[in-house]
Amino acid sequence: MTPTTVAHDSFVIERTYDAPVDRVFRAWSDPAVKAHWFAGSPDALGAGYELDFRVGGHEVNRGGPPGGPVYTFDAQFRDIVPNQRIVSTYEMSADDVRISVSVATVEFRAVDTGTVLVLTEQGVFLDGHDTAAQREEGTRSMLNSLANALDSDA
Amino acid sequence: MVERLTRGPASVSELAEPLAMSLAAVVQHVQVLEACGVVRTEKIGRTRMCRIEPGAMTAAERWISDRRRGWEARLDRLGDILKDDPATEEAP
Repeated sequence: MTPTTVAHDSFVIERTYDAPVDRVFRAWSDPAVKAHWFAGSPDALGAGYELDFRVGGHEVNRGGPPGGPVYTFDAQFRDIVPNQRIVSTYEMSADDVRISVSVATVEFRAVDTGTVLVLTEQGVFLDGHDTAAQREEGTRSMLNSLANALDSDA
Repeated sequence: MVERLTRGPASVSELAEPLAMSLAAVVQHVQVLEACGVVRTEKIGRTRMCRIEPGAMTAAERWISDRRRGWEARLDRLGDILKDDPATEEAP
């Protein structure tokens, strides 16, 4: 039996946009506008994007590097308060292997200078799935930074 | 030092023992290794225990940081189109 693992993590990203809150919110709710900034390259392997912006509706974003794998972002909207918040759950998979499941909360707040957007992601990472290439790259960059740190330490 | 830790957790003084290094130098090396994500340390009483960062955690952290970078790039693009794209200015 293959051993299974889970790892939990979360992060918060905050941005201030010089635009009124209804316009920022529309960039999330209008499929034509959202595709502009959210969808991946149409030239990616297996590329596809769809948005059904309503509670229970799905958003799917698909694509991968030449030779694969095809990564799929599959989200479902759980709570929508116009101009205030969007809560969705989503999973990421590589081909047909599920890699992670997340809750993403986007909050919108009107301020004098425009709109503050706060994105919070809470996720569970499944079974340490990553490709050998990613692992190798990660190890190499870790060892490079280690070498640099040791050099500057000398 | 890393090779010793692959055989199991050790305290800073246990790491220093076989090495011709001062305890202060060992502490400094451990700090560098910790900053690079190679080892993790934990203070237990008056002893600082060191262990190798498990591979699964590294993969998970890398995945989460990829997710974060992906969102940051997208939110930057959103900022660009809010500045440039007249389509977002029109009422639906």
